[in-house]
Amino acid sequence: MINFELDQEQKMLTEAIGRLAKERMRKVFRDADEDGVLPPDVVKAGWEIGVLPTSIPEAYGGFGEYSVITGALAAEAFAWGDLAATLYIMTPNLVAVPLMLAGTEAQKEAHLPLFCEEALPKVTAALTEPVIQFDPRQLKTTAVLENDSYILNGTKCFVPLAEDAETFLIYANEADQTQAFFVPRGVEGLEIGQREKLMGVRALPTYQVKLNNVRVSAVNKLGGNEGIDFGRLLNHSRVALGALAVGMAKAAFEYARDYAKERVQFGEPIAHRQSIAFMLAEMAMDIDAARLMVWEAAWQLDQGKDATQATAVMKYYVDDMVMSVCDRALQTLGGYGYIREYPVELWLRNARAFATFDGMAMV
Amino acid sequence: MISFEIPEKITNEIQMAKMVAESVMRQYSRYYDEHEHERPSEYINMMWPVMREQHRRRTEKLQQNGNGSGPKREGPDFSILRLIMMIEMLSWGDAGQYLCTPDPALGGAALEAVGTKEQKIRILGKFGQGEPKWGAMAMTEPGAGSDTSNIRTTATLDAESNEWILNGEKIFCTNGGLALDESDGFVVVWATVDASAGRSGMKSFIVEAKTPGVTVTKKEHKLGIRVSDTVAIVFDNARIPYDNILGSAEVIKRDGSTKGFKGAMATFDASRPAVAASAMGICRAALEFTRDKLAAEGIVVDYTKPKHQMTAVERDLLEMEARHKSAWLLTLRSAVLMAHGQPNRLEASMCKARAGETVTWVTQKAVELLGPMGYTREWLTEKWMRDAKINDIYEGTKQINTLIVARSILGYSRRELK
Repeated sequence: MINFELDQEQKMLTEAIGRLAKERMRKVFRDADEDGVLPPDVVKAGWEIGVLPTSIPEAYGGFGEYSVITGALAAEAFAWGDLAATLYIMTPNLVAVPLMLAGTEAQKEAHLPLFCEEALPKVTAALTEPVIQFDPRQLKTTAVLENDSYILNGTKCFVPLAEDAETFLIYANEADQTQAFFVPRGVEGLEIGQREKLMGVRALPTYQVKLNNVRVSAVNKLGGNEGIDFGRLLNHSRVALGALAVGMAKAAFEYARDYAKERVQFGEPIAHRQSIAFMLAEMAMDIDAARLMVWEAAWQLDQGKDATQATAVMKYYVDDMVMSVCDRALQTLGGYGYIREYPVELWLRNARAFATFDGMAMV
Repeated sequence: MISFEIPEKITNEIQMAKMVAESVMRQYSRYYDEHEHERPSEYINMMWPVMREQHRRRTEKLQQNGNGSGPKREGPDFSILRLIMMIEMLSWGDAGQYLCTPDPALGGAALEAVGTKEQKIRILGKFGQGEPKWGAMAMTEPGAGSDTSNIRTTATLDAESNEWILNGEKIFCTNGGLALDESDGFVVVWATVDASAGRSGMKSFIVEAKTPGVTVTKKEHKLGIRVSDTVAIVFDNARIPYDNILGSAEVIKRDGSTKGFKGAMATFDASRPAVAASAMGICRAALEFTRDKLAAEGIVVDYTKPKHQMTAVERDLLEMEARHKSAWLLTLRSAVLMAHGQPNRLEASMCKARAGETVTWVTQKAVELLGPMGYTREWLTEKWMRDAKINDIYEGTKQINTLIVARSILGYSRRELK
C-alpha cells in the first residue's frame, strides 16, 4: 500500500553508501576532477558495496533480487558523493542491466556471473554518437546481418572506461530498430580513440569508439534473434539518470544552504534574507518533487508496467531541476561559487550532462 | 517499502465521485459561474444524503464509545488519503461546487483537532439529520491576513451569565453565508481573550447559526469559484455559551504557551493538503482537456521522442504534465505521512505552495494553447484559470508557505527569518 518509507535493507544500503560518499568520495572528488583521475581505492570501495551483485539473482551467481527502486536509491546516495565516481562504479550496470532485462538464457548464464566477482568487471557500453541531433532510436551506427554474422559500422562517443574494457555492448541500427551486440576487445575493425575532453565528469575516462566493418557472430546479438525492446531499456536509463540527478542536486543544495547560514553580510547570515532563503526553499521543493517522480517511475518498472510516459515526464522535470538547482546553489555563493576551490561550479558543469547522457546509466 | 499503490477501496469510491463530477458538476459548471451566489442545489441534493449518513453513523459511534476515540487502530489511517483523492476528483468536476459540499468543512477540522466529545456530538451531530448544513472557519480580518497573530476580534467572558461576548469583524469566510444564514450550521471564530497576551491569548469559538449579534454583512464578488460564498461577518456583542470555546480558556503568559494559536496552525496540516488536492483537480481537468483538444488536431506528445525533436507545443504539454505530476506527488506525500501518523507540516506547506503555483501556471497555459477558443466562455478553460488562482492564495499564500518551508529547511525561527 502507498508508502514513501525505505525498507530496512534499503536503509542499511543507503547508509553504507552515504558513509562512503561522505568519508571517501567527497574527500577526493575535487582533485579527481582537476586531475582527471579517480583514486582506484575509492572506486574499489564503491564496487565492493555490492549494489549490482545484490540485484543479480542467485541462479546467475548473484545474491539478491532485482529492484529498480533499490537501484535508484543507491544511485542517489552515490551521486551525492560524486557523479564521475558513481558513473565509473556503475559502468558495469550498462551491460548487466540490459542482460538481465533482455538477454537470452544462454547470454545470462555466460555473462552475468562476471558481475558477481570481486573486481570491477571490464565491460562497457556504447550508445551515444557524435552528432548534434542525437536520437537513440535512430542510430547512425548500422548492423547488417550477413550469413551468420553481423557487420557493424559507425562511430560512438562517451564510451566510459573503453580503454580497459574486454567486452563492449554496442548499440546499432538494424532495420530501423536499435539493437545491441556484444563485441569482444581486439576484434578487427574496432578502434578505441583518444580519451575525450568533456565539460564535466572529468574524472570519468570516456572515449570515442569507431567500428569499421566489425564482424561478430549472430549469437552476440542481445536477446538473440528477437533482439531487444530498446524503449524499455531507455526507461530504465531515465530512472537511473533521474536518481543520479537528485543525488547531485541534493549535494549542491545542502552545500549552498550551509554556506548561506555561515556567510555574514550586513551583520547577519545571508540566509536571514528572503531572497536567499526563498531560493533555497524552492530548491528543496524541486528536489523533493523530483525524487518522488523518480520513485514513481521506478515503482512502475518494478511492477512490470510500461513506464514510458512516467519516465519521460520525470526526465523532463529532472533535467531542468538539476540545472536550476545547481545554478542557484552557485548563485548563493556569489563570487566564491565561480571559484574552483569550491565544489559548486563542478556540480553545475556536471548538471548539464543529464539532458545529454541518455543511456549513460542503468539501474 | 516504497509503493504508489492506492487502496482498492479508495479507488472504487473515487470512481463514484467521478460519476458525480461528470453527470452533475460539469453539467452545471458554466451556469453557476454565470449566476454568482445561486445555490448549486443539484450537487448539494446529491451529496447531502451521503454526508448526512456518514455523520449520523459517526455521531452514533461517538455516543456509544466511552472515551470517544474508539479502539486503537492498527496500521495507517487512510481516511486523509481518501479525502485528498475525493477532493481532487470533485474539483476536477467543479472546484466551486466542491466548496459547497454540505459538510462541517474547516470548522469541522478545527473541532476534530481540539474539540471535546460533548462538543463534537452537540455540533457535528446536527450534520447527521434534517436539511443540508455547513460549517465554516472565520480567521481572516481586514488587518490580519497572513499575520493571524494580529487578530483583533475579542472574546470577553461575562462572569455573571457565564457567556463569551464576541466583538469584531471577520472577512473572506468561505461558506459563512451557507453556515449562518442558509442553514442550521456553525462557524469556528478565532478571537483573542487577552490582546496583551499576543499569540497566547488566541482562542477559537463555536458560533452557531441564528446567534443574536452575528450578521453576515457582505458576499464578495470574485474572479472565480463564484458559486462558493465568501462573506464578511460582524460580531456585535454576540453572546455564546461558555462551553463553546475550543480547547482551554486559560491564558498562560509566563511560559509563553501558544497552544490556542498552535491549534489553528495544526488545522493547516490537514487543510493545506486539501487545498493542494483541489488545485490538482482543476489542474488535471485543464491538462486533460487541452491534451484531448490538441489530439483532435493531430498534436500528440510522443514520449519516446528526444526533447530536441519536439515542437514548442509538445514541450509545453510535457511541461504541464511534469509540473502537474510533481505537485500531485508532493500532495500525496503530505497525506500519506499523515496517514502513517508522522509529522507533515513542512510537507503540507511544500505541496500547498507548489500546487497553487502549478495550477495557476497550467491553467493559464491551457488557455494560451487553445488559442481563441481557450479564451471564450464556450469552453471551461477560462473558468478553470479563474477558479485556479484562489488556490495560490487561501490557506496561506504561496509566499507564506514558502516562508514556512524556508524556515524549516534552515532551522530558523520567526525572529531569524522574517
